[in-house]
Amino acid sequence: MAERLPPKERTKIPRQAMPERDALERAHNFCEVNSGFDLALAEKEAQRCLACADPKCVHGCPVGVKVREVVDLVIEGEYLKAAAKLREDNVLPAVTGRVCPQETQCEGACILGKRFAPLAIGHIERFVADYERQTGEAGLPTPAPPTGKKVAIVGSGPAGLSCAGDLILKGHHVTVFEALHEIGGVLLYGIPEFRLPKDIVQTEVANLGRMGVEFQTNVVIGKTITVDELLNEMGYDAVFVATGAGLPKFMNIPGEHLGGVYSANEFLTRVNLMKAYDADHYDSPVYSCANRNVAIIGGGNTAMDGVRSALRLGAKNAYIIYRRSEAEMPARVEEVHHAKDEGVQFMTLHNPVEFIGNDEGFLTGMRLQKMELGAPDDSGRRRPVPMPGSEFLLPIDVAVIAIGTGANPLVQSTTPDMQTNKWGYIVADEATLRTTKRGVFAGGDIVSGSATVILAMGAGRTAARSIHEFLNTGVW
Amino acid sequence: MNQLATSMFSIVEAWFLAPDIKLLKIQAPLIARKRKAGQFVIVRVHEHGERIPLTIADADPGLGTITIIVQGIGKTTRQVNLLNAGDALLDVVGPLGNPSDIRLFGSVAVIGGGVGTAIAYPTAVALKEVGNFVISIVGARSKELVIMEEEMRATSDELFVVTDDGSYGRQGLVTDMLRELIEAGRSIDHVLAIGPIPMMQAVAEVTRPHKIATTVSLNPIMVDGTGMCGGCRVLVGNESRFACVEGPEFNAHAVDFRMLAQRNRLYRSQEQAALKKFENWLQYALDPTPCCQLEKEHPEIGPRSHT
Ligand SMILES: Cc1cc2nc3c(=O)[nH]c(=O)nc-3n(C[C@H](O)[C@H](O)[C@H](O)COP(=O)(O)OP(=O)(O)OC[C@H]3O[C@@H](n4cnc5c(N)ncnc54)[C@H](O)[C@@H]3O)c2cc1C
Ligand SMILES: Cc1cc2nc3c(=O)[nH]c(=O)nc-3n(C[C@H](O)[C@H](O)[C@H](O)COP(=O)(O)OP(=O)(O)OC[C@H]3O[C@@H](n4cnc5c(N)ncnc54)[C@H](O)[C@@H]3O)c2cc1C
Ligand code: FES
Repeated sequence: MAERLPPKERTKIPRQAMPERDALERAHNFCEVNSGFDLALAEKEAQRCLACADPKCVHGCPVGVKVREVVDLVIEGEYLKAAAKLREDNVLPAVTGRVCPQETQCEGACILGKRFAPLAIGHIERFVADYERQTGEAGLPTPAPPTGKKVAIVGSGPAGLSCAGDLILKGHHVTVFEALHEIGGVLLYGIPEFRLPKDIVQTEVANLGRMGVEFQTNVVIGKTITVDELLNEMGYDAVFVATGAGLPKFMNIPGEHLGGVYSANEFLTRVNLMKAYDADHYDSPVYSCANRNVAIIGGGNTAMDGVRSALRLGAKNAYIIYRRSEAEMPARVEEVHHAKDEGVQFMTLHNPVEFIGNDEGFLTGMRLQKMELGAPDDSGRRRPVPMPGSEFLLPIDVAVIAIGTGANPLVQSTTPDMQTNKWGYIVADEATLRTTKRGVFAGGDIVSGSATVILAMGAGRTAARSIHEFLNTGVW
Repeated sequence: MNQLATSMFSIVEAWFLAPDIKLLKIQAPLIARKRKAGQFVIVRVHEHGERIPLTIADADPGLGTITIIVQGIGKTTRQVNLLNAGDALLDVVGPLGNPSDIRLFGSVAVIGGGVGTAIAYPTAVALKEVGNFVISIVGARSKELVIMEEEMRATSDELFVVTDDGSYGRQGLVTDMLRELIEAGRSIDHVLAIGPIPMMQAVAEVTRPHKIATTVSLNPIMVDGTGMCGGCRVLVGNESRFACVEGPEFNAHAVDFRMLAQRNRLYRSQEQAALKKFENWLQYALDPTPCCQLEKEHPEIGPRSHT
């Protein structure tokens, strides 16, 4: 328990750095890179907060986490209360504390950042959430008495899980249907262990289970059961579709079928979900990266996760190939730093035009074209333009394409009265997340397109409110 | 209906149809209710296992069971084939893929090579049910490997068995039989061919000059089976298609078989190593001298050094 320092003293404290594993050591294993603040670091960092009357960080957070109040509680040493305060707006704080792009959200808005480094809100959030988990004192709220209403949630990513958590508290019966054999969505199959340890996700899932949420893995909605069957035959009163944006995009350039060319989804699923990195104990293989040249195409979080996984699988050279410059990379800043520290080679302003293989159909290289930045495009970023005559061959053995994903059509194609947009994403009302089909709601990446964990979680909670209202009033 | 999907998928019956080819009936009521001919499931045997696709050879919605027929060619299929009634599979998901295109074509030749006969069987049944004249050609390397002969006979108007070594039925390849039928002037409006990649390719080449529409069921390596990874992509008519959601059946005359064969060899060295390790373990496990329980329960760990 400590007193707040006077404002002048606060700005004298430098931003506390996140303790992390040595870059060269960690580049060869899948252990978590950041080890987290301890009590002293957390308190010291919290003391930097200027306690603004109108905290900009709260506005910067997509779900409006009451950052200032959380920080106050940390200064007071009330960590469990701080955790409870976090959970009022964010049900997955241990996850978002690790994976949110804080620099463009809460920390990007922090006043301290104008003259000093912004408050390390993400690190504090993570500390509070980990403290709660490690003390095993996550006070599980008691659900309201059963309402007799049943809700089906399709997909177990952050959108589905957060919706399930809120609805179970309202006393509804909640079943989460998941196509894969494990619960967690991208948190499980996409984001690697070294960035988000799987036991964190599993703890959250177990908590939901203890509160009464029913999980059914191995059920593909649209195949095993349709949305109409959920509503009409199985007695569900509402359905929340949170199937994510999992359809991999390829580049449609020659040679994409060569052995050794992967979508990021396949590469990461093999490595994370199927644990190919632990080949002595798990059966799913991944094409060997050991002592080979591996290139990941793209500049987002997925690309960083891919390239850092390749390094850990023993790659001799691990490249990021990105057609714009580093300034335009959508990845979290921390991931880019970590990748560089670990030895990833960045080839920005390069774009592949062809994959080259040998007679047996295995990848041996990639033709790259150099790019320069032209006028800004629709996204406001400067458009990369190929430089004529700049093509050259880069020898590589494994290529991972991480240029984005689209909407998986399985639910939409079997639910014809639920409207989709021209890219196949589900159309849902912004405020209520109602789709055009009565009783069916949708949110997360399957509505917004690939976005973030915090936005998906926020969508899940919005859907829960709106489903609860629908179940109470019966009005559509 | 609750819990049905997540509870273990228990095996109610299992027996060998031929050396290394086993039939298993599995409790999977949701899938049994839904599946159509041509669809498949993805199976995981145990916590450390991989996900492998297997065709639903038959189903009994009343009993809530599905039938799979598995050829033990690598570690995972060999593990499946070690299981018996009373055991269970950890994960079974489906039905995946598009159902077969079942129409009244007229006269249809259904060609099954090896375990492909089991995969073709449900589609043959469905084709027969809508009134097609079904000519089946069942091929195998030798007599002991001929499977489902009686079942196929029951659903066919005519049935031919061919073996590579002539130990049973006619001697030759399924394509020899098909060519003979075509040359004899038998009217064949449609061909369905399922078996090893070289067989399917050879059938495509036989029917191509005669312009006989030919369907094959492709077997690329899969992971999720829901269109999420793209690992199962095949080249059909120079377009990339995901076999798990857009197939597994495609027009044989447009398929790039060479590409498919190359992609299926991607993990050959890892597969061979895994199989060898597993076989060593098996030998060890079947050895009457006692070994530790851990290894029995977790064959994937492999033999440890016991002194
Ligand atoms: C590699 C990678 C790294 C990322 N890193 C970050 C990061 O650092 N920070 C950040 O904020 N965001 C990150 N993201 C984005 C973030 O993970 C997603 O925006 C978020 O997970 C979307 O949540 P969701 O619940 O909408 O869907 P998902 O997490 O995609 O979950 C959808 C679930 O639905 C299941 N499903 C799909 N179809 C069906 C069906 N028919 N029936 C049953 N189940 C179905 C899927 O199997 C999946 O489990 C990353 C994404 C990837 C791929
Ligand atoms: C849609 C579909 C339906 C299938 N239905 C059946 C079925 O009903 N019965 C059955 O026995 N098999 C079926 N298969 C093939 C089966 O999935 C593979 O035999 C299995 O994955 C091999 O796993 P393994 O670990 O035992 O062997 P591995 O060690 O992985 O492989 C052993 C050998 O088989 C080859 N191989 C690997 N994967 C495949 C594959 N997907 N198809 C063909 N060869 C492969 C390898 O190149 C290697 O030479 C089907 C495949 C698909 C895609
Ligand atoms: S198996 Fe993953 S997309 Fe087909």
